[in-house]
Amino acid sequence: MRQETTFASFPDAATTGLGYTRVMSTRHPPDDTEVAQGDRTDEPDWSALILRVRDHQDEAAFAKLFNHFAPRIKGFLIKSGTDAVVAEECAQDVMATLWHKARLFDPARASAATWIFTIARNRRIDMYRQQSRPEPTDLPWGPEPQAEAADTLALAQETAKLSKALESLPEKQKNIIKRAFYGELSHAELAQETGLPLGTIKSRIRLALDRLRKAMS
Amino acid sequence: MNTTHHLNEQMLLAHSAGVLPEAFDLVIACHLYLSEQSRALQCCYDALGGVVLNDCEAARMSSSALSATLHQIKTGPCDCHTPKICTGTFPEPLQPYIGDNPDNIRWRRMGKGYRQAKITTSPEASARLIYVPPSRPMPAFEQKGTQLILVLKGSYRHGESRFRRGDIEITPPYHSEPTMSCAKKGCICLCATDHPPKTGWLKRLLPSL
Repeated sequence: MRQETTFASFPDAATTGLGYTRVMSTRHPPDDTEVAQGDRTDEPDWSALILRVRDHQDEAAFAKLFNHFAPRIKGFLIKSGTDAVVAEECAQDVMATLWHKARLFDPARASAATWIFTIARNRRIDMYRQQSRPEPTDLPWGPEPQAEAADTLALAQETAKLSKALESLPEKQKNIIKRAFYGELSHAELAQETGLPLGTIKSRIRLALDRLRKAMS
Repeated sequence: MNTTHHLNEQMLLAHSAGVLPEAFDLVIACHLYLSEQSRALQCCYDALGGVVLNDCEAARMSSSALSATLHQIKTGPCDCHTPKICTGTFPEPLQPYIGDNPDNIRWRRMGKGYRQAKITTSPEASARLIYVPPSRPMPAFEQKGTQLILVLKGSYRHGESRFRRGDIEITPPYHSEPTMSCAKKGCICLCATDHPPKTGWLKRLLPSL
């Protein structure tokens, strides 16, 4: 078995947009702009708030981010088997890291939730391993790190759709993904998991991928 | 850099979820450093993690948590090192393990021109650098567990496929297709395995020559 099929294995639906139609046809009209803005109108623009922290050390923006994400990070860490007291400390650490590393945040490459997730995950690993996770993510990508507004919007759209794609999965498959991220499944268990639900969300990932690759080139 | 051989979905998901042993994370981090395609794909899996986090049931923080965090930000250490671009053979994620100067890597001769350098990681899996001299078979992969092989310099052929810098191979438990390193430069690989080595494993590692 050779591992050269990662891209080749994506279904044609990814390029023809079939997966897109399937995912989108439930509630939202197939209009990108409307989806992105109409999807989570109740939520502030988290990316913009991180940029305010980055550019102006804006404590009010930070407080909004904190009030939304810190309890979720804590909840995520508790789900991952962390003691509540430690989880609270870690959530604070993660938010402090957000402040310090805000200059590395690129809204064209990651949504706020994605970026904060990676910080929280790495913090969890460091806790267990008492050593930093080897990671290339801090490295600036390409010659032009500043995001185009269009790229940021596009990524927000893809992320919103990814969220929908995940929610639309059958319960069993959704659980596998969630349990994987809570750290409940070992890599050996994951390796044996042939029924990974990624088939359904592959097309979504592929679209987001094309987006990212454009943003990087 | 354009690479042809990438990770499979299970491994990408496991890396994103943070459940891999350190040795595997190291090899994958180096692969991601060298492969923009895989990095973009990894970002998408991280995005799934972001969705899971954002949908997570919130756990109440203490009333003083925000002010404590702001205090921590203003008074605590700032872990904001500036990353450096690394152009040599060894990708940046390897540097904390081998140091800044590649000349200081402690290669051990294994006979017939083969060399290896062990890399210390957490014990669930082990990592090592391997140098294969030109036109030689790759060390036989162990027949249990999972192995990752990332090419850092030179190349090797496995059956009909050629693996170059940045390409990664996940070996199945068993394979019989012949392997051969590049005729000119040989091959330097970063390898990891979660199969615990036993006594005499060095002998098993080397192919029959």
